[in-house]
Amino acid sequence: MPQQSSQTILDVVTWIQRHLDAGLSYRFACRVGMCGSCAMMVNGIPRWTCRTHVNKVMRDNSLTIEPLRNLPLIKDLACDMSEFFEKWTDSKGYFQGSTTRHDPVSTLSPNSPQRRVADAATECINCAICYASCDVVNWNRDYLGPAALNRAWSLQNDERDSASAERLSVVAGDAGCHQCHSQQGCATYCPNELNPTASIAGLKRMVAKAYVRGELGAGGKGRQGPESDA
Amino acid sequence: MLEVRLYLAQRASAAIMAPLVLIHLGVMIYTIQGGVDAAEILERTRGSFFWGANYGLFVIAVSVHAAIGLRNILREWLSLRGIGLAIISWIFFAGLLMAGLRAVAAVVIA
Amino acid sequence: MKPHRQQPLYFAFLLHRLSGLGLALFLPFHFYVLALALEGNAELDQFLHWSASPLVKFAESGLVFLLAIHLFGGLRLLALENLPWSNSHKNYAAMALAGGFFVACGFLLRAF
Ligand code: SF4
Ligand code: SF4
Ligand code: FES
Repeated sequence: MPQQSSQTILDVVTWIQRHLDAGLSYRFACRVGMCGSCAMMVNGIPRWTCRTHVNKVMRDNSLTIEPLRNLPLIKDLACDMSEFFEKWTDSKGYFQGSTTRHDPVSTLSPNSPQRRVADAATECINCAICYASCDVVNWNRDYLGPAALNRAWSLQNDERDSASAERLSVVAGDAGCHQCHSQQGCATYCPNELNPTASIAGLKRMVAKAYVRGELGAGGKGRQGPESDA
Repeated sequence: MLEVRLYLAQRASAAIMAPLVLIHLGVMIYTIQGGVDAAEILERTRGSFFWGANYGLFVIAVSVHAAIGLRNILREWLSLRGIGLAIISWIFFAGLLMAGLRAVAAVVIA
Repeated sequence: MKPHRQQPLYFAFLLHRLSGLGLALFLPFHFYVLALALEGNAELDQFLHWSASPLVKFAESGLVFLLAIHLFGGLRLLALENLPWSNSHKNYAAMALAGGFFVACGFLLRAF
């Protein structure tokens, strides 16, 4: 195939679909690293293909492009992302406020230590690259995974959020943060340079504190699967 | 909640063992010169409260620590789950604890 | 090994797990030997005499290495989980490995 300057992996896949195999299925939307839909395994490493230049990752003039690891395949290069997003909601990865539109808008200092911690974990684009790079996900299918836990950590540090006790009991569950062995595959490959390992370490500390104080709810089973009681 | 408890037990036993292992490494390197014999070891340990407590604590901590570590490996690398996993982990824990306490008794109690 | 695993902190994880496994399997044997003292010094001495051979000493220094890297690697993990975040864990892992070698070499040097 013709090589061009600044050619991305996504360009390659698109070229293949246009010229070699019109039925090739894959996902993309923004092409500028915003939407997180284009992740694939490139030479065995999970990458955002729209921002990955061919000349940076080509080995011996060849490229192997595969669907993301750790997710069920739909077709060709398109994976079923359901479990990734389900775990995101299972771990209460959404903001839950306690005020209404009639209350005054809360003021947040962007410089408070807690806000900085929350901010450091916010720029996630849901690309599942960390999920694909995590071996614990591979070894324990229930494990919530780096992205969901990273999101939970961000919310745990949002002073406006009102579901922190509940969320903490979920992330402390049998599929939660304690499964992580801190190999930092997630942090190594996250295209936005987020650090789920650090977030998960924070959750472990938070859970330990709550446990010692007897504040940890018993409800935290995480994903209820046939294996979740092991 | 089980995983929280295991995690905390794993880290607490690790923290307990860290200084004990440092001492153990130091003693080993110190005494290995010129070879070791039973009399030399037992002279140090027999009737010693310090060494009895040191090794006793180590045995308890290491049984907890190793059993949890082994459980992780069985779970993640051999996909063992449920009751089988629990039984093997508990047996390993109990076996190690008993063998260890017996060894401590052998070198500390005359 | 799969390409995504080829990064220093995965090796650190693997080394920690395998050294732990090695130590866990060695411990019952270690305890068994010490318990020989129950049957009198002679039994234990017989073993210690055997263990004075150079080959066994090398094997022992291997165990010392496992113990030392598991200790240092474990301290690194305790620090990672409980202290403020540091971006230098690749360096710390390398230091733990070097420390293990250092201790094992120290043992070997004194053993001969
Ligand atoms: S650090 Fe934890 S979450 Fe990240 S890849 Fe490793 S096990 Fe998975
Ligand atoms: S944490 Fe990083 S790698 Fe994981 S989904 Fe978010 S942006 Fe992607
Ligand atoms: S296409 Fe949107 S991130 Fe790559």
